[in-house]
Amino acid sequence: MCSIRASATGSGRWARAALHHHRSLALGAALTAALIATVLGSFVYTPGDPLLMDIGARLAAPSIAHPFGTDHYGRDLLARVIRGARPSLAVGAVSVGLALGLGVVVGTVGGYLGGWTDEALMRLMDAVYGFPAILSALLVTAVFGPGLFMSMIAVGIASVPVFARLTRASIMALTGQEFVVAARALGAGDAAIVARHLLPNTLSPLVVQATISVPMAILAEAALAYLGLGTQPPLPSWGLMLREAQNFLAQAPWFAIFPGAAIALAVLGFNLLGDGLRDALDPRGGGLARRASARAPSASAGRAGGSPRRRGR
Amino acid sequence: MGVRILPGDPALLIMGTEASPEQAAALRRALGLDRPMASQYVDWLAGALRGELGRSIQYDVPVGGLVLSRLRVTAPLTVLAALFMAAVAVPLGIYAATRHGRSGDYVAMVLSQLGIAVPSFWAGLLLILLFAVRLGWVQAGGFDGWEGGLGRGLRALLLPALSLGLIQAAILTRTTRAAVLEVLRSEHVRTARAKGLSDRVVTWKHVLRNALVTIVTVVGLQLGQLLAGSIVLENVFYLPGLGRLALGAIAARDLPVVQGVVLFVACTIVALNFAVDVLYGVLDPRIRHG
Repeated sequence: MCSIRASATGSGRWARAALHHHRSLALGAALTAALIATVLGSFVYTPGDPLLMDIGARLAAPSIAHPFGTDHYGRDLLARVIRGARPSLAVGAVSVGLALGLGVVVGTVGGYLGGWTDEALMRLMDAVYGFPAILSALLVTAVFGPGLFMSMIAVGIASVPVFARLTRASIMALTGQEFVVAARALGAGDAAIVARHLLPNTLSPLVVQATISVPMAILAEAALAYLGLGTQPPLPSWGLMLREAQNFLAQAPWFAIFPGAAIALAVLGFNLLGDGLRDALDPRGGGLARRASARAPSASAGRAGGSPRRRGR
Repeated sequence: MGVRILPGDPALLIMGTEASPEQAAALRRALGLDRPMASQYVDWLAGALRGELGRSIQYDVPVGGLVLSRLRVTAPLTVLAALFMAAVAVPLGIYAATRHGRSGDYVAMVLSQLGIAVPSFWAGLLLILLFAVRLGWVQAGGFDGWEGGLGRGLRALLLPALSLGLIQAAILTRTTRAAVLEVLRSEHVRTARAKGLSDRVVTWKHVLRNALVTIVTVVGLQLGQLLAGSIVLENVFYLPGLGRLALGAIAARDLPVVQGVVLFVACTIVALNFAVDVLYGVLDPRIRHG
């Protein structure tokens, strides 16, 4: 009786965990999809012109005409929040793409060649990693001037070491595996081994890391724009809107609330998506798979006997 | 070196745009700005090793003294934020781990997920809106110095420290929970429980001690993040600290100050990481004797 009750409790807990797991993954995917749809949709339609000033309606409270209210120039805040999603997503996508590209090259060269090349590259990555992202972003924008493009470069460079280290670790772990030795024995060259056998097997941790890095980039872009070093007026950006809103906190609190909430929702969406993906793609059969295997050892033993390529992940 | 190629001419900044080209060239020569960049960099590096960071173009005072004077705000702000972070995150992380899979765990994780998503400067604006604008309990920004008393100084730093510590507290909560969960699953904890020790003794004596190495590592890294984060927060609350100094210097092309601040922050982070390495040995004798 006791064991039945314990088992029922265990099943309930697992089901709850599974539901929770799926819920956060689903919520993350929904929020991220909404953000991407908002950005794509903004090219076709925005409720009003985000740049159109109407001094007569300045700092108007939320109403049917202006659901998020207006700013200090009477511009519609809903239209500006929607239009402001573009730089956030652009910096997220471009900077993470840049970091991923550079990181994979550095990590692959270091991990595959080893020796002094690896040492030199990793010490360089340590130096970049030890430097907080906002500080290097400040330096890059200070040297080359403020703007969206420089924000992308600055945030991207700060994220390179994470991708380089992940790629290097995967490459080093895979290089000695049987399928790589077999490919070499069959006469495959270094380039073919890296491109066809090693890199495809490093993808899943990189995809997870990319999802985790996007919200960091969104936060960094918002911080740079807030400091006046990112997107420049009159173009809207969530961070820049918060900078402008600061002088009107007492008269128009909505001016600060909606752009900030937009940042938080975008970051939350990507974070939940990244967490969910990490669990789903955990190389140790993590997340739900690990919990399932803990409950049913025989099933997990069957699953563990997958292909060598799968195990290499 | 990159900062040396900042757009704008420091000589013109000092003398104003009315200065003749000859006067500007003479000042550039006097400041050493006409020499090759590599030579300027080597000179600056040699000076930095001797503790001389040059003179501020904007304020005409030694950069070292300027950086130290601004630390009167930035250092207490960072320490307060770190205290807030640890005071909230470590107990919450332990609570979540010991109630793994139950409602308390989910509530803690939802809170930490929200905390990670909220940008610190937005949290700062919301706190100003609530506690300064609506309730009027604290001032919205500014810092009158420590001369007015410790309490008054701390009051001015309270909201900035809360905003600065929030996101890092959320991260530390998750790290603490993960570290404690890992130790809770280990065999020595099972043995301690089998011996009949209470949950309290097991948690504080056996679990926390072993989880501390991971927690301290993350806290060490976070101190650097807090120091860097203060650059943004000092601008939200108009605090005359290192962050505002750096941003003002970038706007005014005050190159020696930018270099000085960056060098100081980078050295502090290296020193913090070294301190964490030393602390490992204290926390875990296996590392000291390994």
